Amino acid sequence: MGLLSIIIWLPIVGGIAVIATGRNVSEDGSGFRLDRWLTLLISVLVFLLSLQLYLGFDSGTAAMQFVEQKPWIRAFNVEYFLGIDGISLPLILLTTFLTPLVVISGWDVIKKRPAQYFAAFLILEGLMLGVFAALDALLFYVFWEAMLIPMFLIIGIWGGERRVYATVKFFLFTFLGSVFMLIALIYLYLQTGSYRILDFHAAPLSIDQQIPIFLAFLVAFAVKVPMWPVHTWLPDAHVEAPTGGSVVLAAVLLKMGGYGFVRFSLPITPDASQTLDWLMIGLSLIAVVYIGFVALVQQDMKKLIAYSSIAHMGFVTLGFFVAWEIFAGTGDLAGITMGITGGMLQMISHGFISAALFLCVGVMYERMHSRQIADYGGVVNTMPKFAALMVFFALANAGLPGTSGFVGEFLVILASFKANFWYAFLAATTLVLGAAYTLWMIKRVIFGAVRNEAVAQLTDLNGREFFVLGILAVFVLGLGLWPAPLVDVMSVTVENLVAHIMNPKF
Amino acid sequence: MENTYLAIVLGPLIAAVIAGLFGRQIGRVGAHTITILAVAVSCALSILVLKGQLIDGDPAYNGTVYTWMVTDGVNMEIGFLVDRLTALMMTVVTFVSLMVHVYTIGYMHDDPGYQRFFSYISLFTFAMLMLVMANNFLQLFFGWEAVGVVSYLLIGFWYTRPTAIFANMKAFLVNRVGDFGFLLGIAAIVHFTGSLDYAEVFTQAESMQGRQIEIFDGLPWSGLTVACICLFIGAMGKSAQVPLHVWLPDSMEGPTPISALIHAATMVTAGVFMVARMSPLFEYSEVALSFVLVIGATTALFTGFLGVVQNDIKRVIAYSTLSQLGYMMVALGASAYAAGIFHLGTHAFFKALLFLAAGSVIIGLHHEQDIRRMGGLKKYMPITYWTSLIGSLALIGFPGTAGFFSKDALIEAVHGATRAGSSYAYWCVLLGVFITALYTFRLFFLVFHGAERIDDDARGHLQESPWVVWVPLVMLAIPSLLIGWPTIGPVLFGDFFGAAIFVLPGNDVLGELGQGFHGAWGFLVHGLTSPVLYLAGAGVGVAWFCYLRRPDLPETLRARFAAVHTLLMNKYYADILVEKIIPKGSTGVGTLFWRIGDVVLIDGAAVNGSAKLVGWAAGVIRYMQTGYLYTYAFAMIIGLSALIGWVLWA
Repeated sequence: MGLLSIIIWLPIVGGIAVIATGRNVSEDGSGFRLDRWLTLLISVLVFLLSLQLYLGFDSGTAAMQFVEQKPWIRAFNVEYFLGIDGISLPLILLTTFLTPLVVISGWDVIKKRPAQYFAAFLILEGLMLGVFAALDALLFYVFWEAMLIPMFLIIGIWGGERRVYATVKFFLFTFLGSVFMLIALIYLYLQTGSYRILDFHAAPLSIDQQIPIFLAFLVAFAVKVPMWPVHTWLPDAHVEAPTGGSVVLAAVLLKMGGYGFVRFSLPITPDASQTLDWLMIGLSLIAVVYIGFVALVQQDMKKLIAYSSIAHMGFVTLGFFVAWEIFAGTGDLAGITMGITGGMLQMISHGFISAALFLCVGVMYERMHSRQIADYGGVVNTMPKFAALMVFFALANAGLPGTSGFVGEFLVILASFKANFWYAFLAATTLVLGAAYTLWMIKRVIFGAVRNEAVAQLTDLNGREFFVLGILAVFVLGLGLWPAPLVDVMSVTVENLVAHIMNPKF
Repeated sequence: MENTYLAIVLGPLIAAVIAGLFGRQIGRVGAHTITILAVAVSCALSILVLKGQLIDGDPAYNGTVYTWMVTDGVNMEIGFLVDRLTALMMTVVTFVSLMVHVYTIGYMHDDPGYQRFFSYISLFTFAMLMLVMANNFLQLFFGWEAVGVVSYLLIGFWYTRPTAIFANMKAFLVNRVGDFGFLLGIAAIVHFTGSLDYAEVFTQAESMQGRQIEIFDGLPWSGLTVACICLFIGAMGKSAQVPLHVWLPDSMEGPTPISALIHAATMVTAGVFMVARMSPLFEYSEVALSFVLVIGATTALFTGFLGVVQNDIKRVIAYSTLSQLGYMMVALGASAYAAGIFHLGTHAFFKALLFLAAGSVIIGLHHEQDIRRMGGLKKYMPITYWTSLIGSLALIGFPGTAGFFSKDALIEAVHGATRAGSSYAYWCVLLGVFITALYTFRLFFLVFHGAERIDDDARGHLQESPWVVWVPLVMLAIPSLLIGWPTIGPVLFGDFFGAAIFVLPGNDVLGELGQGFHGAWGFLVHGLTSPVLYLAGAGVGVAWFCYLRRPDLPETLRARFAAVHTLLMNKYYADILVEKIIPKGSTGVGTLFWRIGDVVLIDGAAVNGSAKLVGWAAGVIRYMQTGYLYTYAFAMIIGLSALIGWVLWA
């Protein structure tokens, strides 16, 4: 069994084991709790194993590494085919890094069926890793759809008051999109005779074939990212999800959309991507500007951060699809790699920052049981340590240089300027809009005099919370000050992708 | 050599981190000791670097510290460029910072956030040094934004005050509008040159001028002009030029030491420094330089008017800072970069002095800032009085003071410029001299002379401030008075900046001016014959007449010119635009997008609408499934006859 299989199946099997141990949890949750210790152990183990992937990774090649390939369903030539390259490795590390933090953040907080809660996250982790590692399209599809189940349960069981509405909306949106993807995958199988994604990349498709495939992928991935106008499930899902659910949703699940674009849409249908790039660029810029304004007027902190996520993900899709406009504008390829690298960096950075911000809201919610901005004010007076960290993450969210939030946006803006001044202009409005909605929230929640009795009673971060937020702060800062290690991991793969997509298929 | 530079930069950073994270453990004394020590070392090393550059003739240093990332062939690095321009800035920044650190011991003595404050100002020193020592645009932008963040934190230092947390957000957002332009400027640079490195970009300045970009269809612009104007928009935010000046007066909500350090001496001059640093680019764009000239001149004059009607001691000085920043920009726009930087340097000393003196008055009066409740303080606070007088004289350009040399040279240079907009600029800066003298001495007379309008309980405690406060005043008063004498010759007319500042031969107004320059004394004598001196004198005279001789007169004038007064009190209504119209408009747009776009159209019509459609369709189809055999039989017969009919007829 290869390393990739281990990190995929260990949490899934472990999750089942955790459910089995859950019976011993007493009513008040006291005593030694095997379920959560086992969860922590497994998630940390998976993280350590994933570091082996990083250490053993050869960033000098664009070929797939840690490959495992076995026949699975011979009749349809389906394989159990795993492997990673410079695009999937960072996302895998992001997933394995965040899961232990989610577990720690839910340590004493989850009172209802804690064992099942922890198990759901472990299983979810395994499935998400499967999505990033799968190189067989059907295997990918199975992981992709299976992932909805634990997420559905997390929101549906441990969510807020309107959780049923939110889960149904979440499920229908994402499921509807995926069905179109399945049709496209089957069509590609009929064309190539295999489900290998790499065979799909090489498939010589005409533009008339590419466009329907591109649109089918687009529906699936646009919902996940989410792109305007199929984004409305996200704020509802975030508001109702428990803190851990919001963290995983924002930090990893949204990245599947972006990952889908670089793994499927761009390499399989490059010419359709070129033909429809105006649509993608348009929707991305709408996400940055329109959603930026919408975020400004949110009264609920989680909704605000959810909208901010959509705006930030706009940079991802902009960076990916601005390629052909750059070529049309300047006549050479310089800047294309920068845009795609920027989109990738934005995904990783957004994983850290959105996770941290949702955890911050979770910290306040546990104490006050409110997410309404209006219920807070002057939190810094009673929670100085927390305030310092939250202000830091807010500034990172506003794209401050020296934090990871800056890196991706910077590269995407530089790249889109090469395509068209106005793309860069609209994208750069995030400097003002992003700062406005984030800092306005900070002003109303964190700063000021103590607003009410409840705020006066707040207690500062406990050790567990401080550890989780502190470690995220270190990574946000580290990635901002020295992004080179991450860029080096992905650069050859991205360059290879650029060479592939800029070569017409017919 | 690189280790010296690293020590200069990292010392304040490390001190800031220690004072910030372990403030409770090391206590107040520990916090100020470690930060002052670090900044003092930085200052000493900076002076050594400056000496090395000036006297020992060290070559300019340009080196990389580490590679931030490489992507798409663009090297993004952190590195230092230390030449004479940088060395001068480093010395000014660390010296003023050191003075402010010492002063803070006295000023913030009773504040519960003592350690946090030292941490912030030390962090600011680090960020400002990163900005001035950058050898590439990435690091420049890092420093640029980092000083903005520290300014944000410091304006909102007293975070329970609603006005402070409003002012800091306003400052940050207005600055972000500037940074928006700045980032586009950097993007333009990368687009045209494929590099972020100063040296590399500067060699391509001429070719950039030849490249064209069509922002609006059919209107080709020179790539260089677009880049320079975008970069300058950044400078307009940071250096508070009209119309992005609105944040600076409000920033006075922060503690006075940072008003001196950040909002007078260093951060706000970053824009001036940046344009001078980019002189190899700006020189090739007449349009951009004219833009700089006009914006600077407008700022210099029109913000000066506002200073005349303010009653808050710090706000008057803040408006004077705006106006003086306008002067510096005018010099840059006239290609007299050295004059702009020279004024930046002298201004840093006398403006920091004026702010710190104002702070001394404020603590003397127990945090009273309204000049209508001051007066006659001369006899209570003699050191503050005399140092303030020196600062005020330097500000108005009294012959022999530092401000005289820098401002007179600047005005002369603008007079000699021939660029579009230069005559407008000349009249603005000339009239500005009168206004400067008027508001400066209005303040001075109202605070230190005339009737005592002080609260009785404040008068009981009124005394000169402790030594940690007045020593920095004296230390700043000395250069405010004397620094012009030895420096004017080499800085303005010698080859002081060497290759750091680039001027095209046809634009060299200072070079022309220098032909008539025969030493500082000669310059002084020449100054006695220029209109500048008499305008300043007139300003002081009017201030004396209106506020000491006939204190009833301003009231009469105010009534007579009520419309003008209202306009000035409302700051040309710029604040209403920034604080009311734009936020209301933005939240209005946001609400519209959200309520109409997301809730009604997408969720209401598209999402729930399709759900309803499915439900409705299911409801209709349900009627067909009655479960009765005869219904199905009937349907079959109809279907069959339709089929047969279709086959037969077709």
